[in-house]
Amino acid sequence: MSTGSDGRVWLGTPAFPKAARTALTDTQLRRNLRHATSTIRAKRLQAVEELTDFEALREAGSALKRRTARHLDRYLEQLERSVTDAGGTVHWAADAAEANQIVTRLVRATGEREVVKVKSMATQEIGLNEALAEAGITAYETDLAELIVQLGEDRPSHILVPAIHRNRAEIRDIFQREMGAWGRAAPRDLDDGLESLTEAARQHLREKFLTARVAVSGANFAAADTGTVVVVESEGNGRMCLTLPETLITVMGIEKVVPRFTDLEVFLQLLPRSSTGERMNPYTSTWTGVVAGDGPQAFHLVLLDNGRTDVLKDTVGRQALACIRCSACLNVCPVYERTGGHSYGSVYPGPIGAVLTPQLVGVGQAASLPFASTLCGACYDACPVKINIPEVLTHLRAEVVEGGRQGLRPPTAEAVAMKAAAAVLNSPRLWRMAQRAAAVGGGVVGRGGRVRRLPGPLRGWSNARDTAVPPRESFRDWWRKNREGGG
Amino acid sequence: MRIALFITCFNDTMFPGTGRAVLRVLERLGHTVEFPQEQTCCGQMHVNTGYRRAAVPLVARFAEAFAGYDAVVTPSASCAGTVRESHPLLAGLGGAGLPDAVAAVAPRVYELTEFLVDVLGVTDVGAHFPHRVTYHPTCHSLRGLRLGDRPLRLLRAVRGIDLVELPRADACCGFGGTFAIKNADTSTAMLADKMSDVLNTGAEVVCAADNSCLMHIGGGLDRLSAGVRTMHLAEILAATGGQRP
Repeated sequence: MSTGSDGRVWLGTPAFPKAARTALTDTQLRRNLRHATSTIRAKRLQAVEELTDFEALREAGSALKRRTARHLDRYLEQLERSVTDAGGTVHWAADAAEANQIVTRLVRATGEREVVKVKSMATQEIGLNEALAEAGITAYETDLAELIVQLGEDRPSHILVPAIHRNRAEIRDIFQREMGAWGRAAPRDLDDGLESLTEAARQHLREKFLTARVAVSGANFAAADTGTVVVVESEGNGRMCLTLPETLITVMGIEKVVPRFTDLEVFLQLLPRSSTGERMNPYTSTWTGVVAGDGPQAFHLVLLDNGRTDVLKDTVGRQALACIRCSACLNVCPVYERTGGHSYGSVYPGPIGAVLTPQLVGVGQAASLPFASTLCGACYDACPVKINIPEVLTHLRAEVVEGGRQGLRPPTAEAVAMKAAAAVLNSPRLWRMAQRAAAVGGGVVGRGGRVRRLPGPLRGWSNARDTAVPPRESFRDWWRKNREGGG
Repeated sequence: MRIALFITCFNDTMFPGTGRAVLRVLERLGHTVEFPQEQTCCGQMHVNTGYRRAAVPLVARFAEAFAGYDAVVTPSASCAGTVRESHPLLAGLGGAGLPDAVAAVAPRVYELTEFLVDVLGVTDVGAHFPHRVTYHPTCHSLRGLRLGDRPLRLLRAVRGIDLVELPRADACCGFGGTFAIKNADTSTAMLADKMSDVLNTGAEVVCAADNSCLMHIGGGLDRLSAGVRTMHLAEILAATGGQRP
């Protein structure tokens, strides 16, 4: 499994339809996903419905994110001042390579060769672990699911539950096989009970927490007015990393800034209810710069662009930057539920990945993703910050199509067909002729009023579905004959 | 009230019976329905597949064909949604007068059950359909137009009907227009679950407010000779005698 130099997309992953075809045959994956997504869907609904003002909260979250995006330059500079005043150091990274260089340099300056990591999408996005490894620095993932992914030389398949595709027996095998090479080995007689697996992870990770001198984290939010950075988690492993080491390096996408500390009131209600279906997550860690004698004595905040300002230019697409990484859209998505996250070929899977990845890497690099949706709208309904994902998907589909038109590629058969269809549909006379031709053609190939096999790209349709032959008389012909006396 | 029928290109060609059913229902309620011959297509397929510019002439044609009517009624939730949501956005890509023309027409476009319940204030349309029926709320009915229980209120008032609830009704059937072709395998996986839910109801008929989703569900059921057929809910609302589904 090669990770490209650009960590956002996994080079070599086939286009979505092909990757999905493989995933759909994985019965274990299908069962895991069906169980996990239906459980968490029910939990989320319950957690959301018990609040009478949840719609108002969504509206507030959406408005705050829109406002932040409009004035991002101002809030980021304010954040830089606040963090600096509180004793932290702010670094600006234009892209993944620069962010990786900054973090590598900061770790090297401490003289350490190991870092512990808090679960972080931003560092996944830039491929930080791989970049550190090239510099001879080992990064230990401490989130339980990220640990499973790391030990299994695997890829995350869900934003919140990265190892959602693994079952307990597989996890036991991974722990027994790999833990020893990374630190404290798993017990020989490890079984696949939840407590046993958790205990093995606990023992393995505790050693890391107690020896690590440098931690790397992401951030869920950062308040511009106070410089306070926030990490939200369930396990407490993040809290260990954020408090025990001497140096803390946080890599944060620039869109994570919020104007005021008090805005967290909105997001800390929206996030846990939408992601894990809990009223409140178990651990919310906040820190403001450096406090003498308490926690890390050096704090670095790396502000990551990596394509985000380009996304901001797109007035339709920019709403994807409002994402707070709750995963509600993954859990309600009927496509994700069946294909899993790896089919999306990106650290950002599911509906949000389908709108975020193509914008971050360029639509040409992920052209199949905007089409990996039925536009059913379940994601939009579930999104705590009201990202209209179907709207962005159709917008990006047009970008893919129009990008193809501007390029040197000859027009595809689809483009030719769509253009012809538009011309026919724009003329009632041509349209009537086409309808009659379809009825005659259908009558020729159909048996008993049904077509069982269609040619070319339509074969995927007819593999599983019969298609009715169009009736001889269209509605408009019937109307002319019966209601207007015409023919 | 001047009422126009927007049949949609798909129903016009594949399901003309649905158009006749809409006429029967509205005429039975004492209304006159016109069929503007210049109408063709709302452009949904083009918009949803990324060919938004190709859809602009269709948007203009729609606004012109249906100008001046008090209500434009269509037996398709997804086409009604396209006109109301996408046409105003696409209008900006067209000629100078297009935004105003679209703004005049788009809000007057109603999906059939919206028109019956909200505009005409009717839930009992005088139908008789003595069969076991389940209703699949299509995504555009449910999350697009937010039809809510309007279709069910109309169906519950049908005499003789044995209306059974569809489990996991809010789940997408997997059609998604060109999704069913571009991502045929994933679409089929979703279809399999929807068919299983339909079969578990023991219904003879699965109905919906969109024939496109029904063509997908019905195509799968027919392939399996499952003994369940699909009907647009307009055809159930039009039924008065002992028609066999």
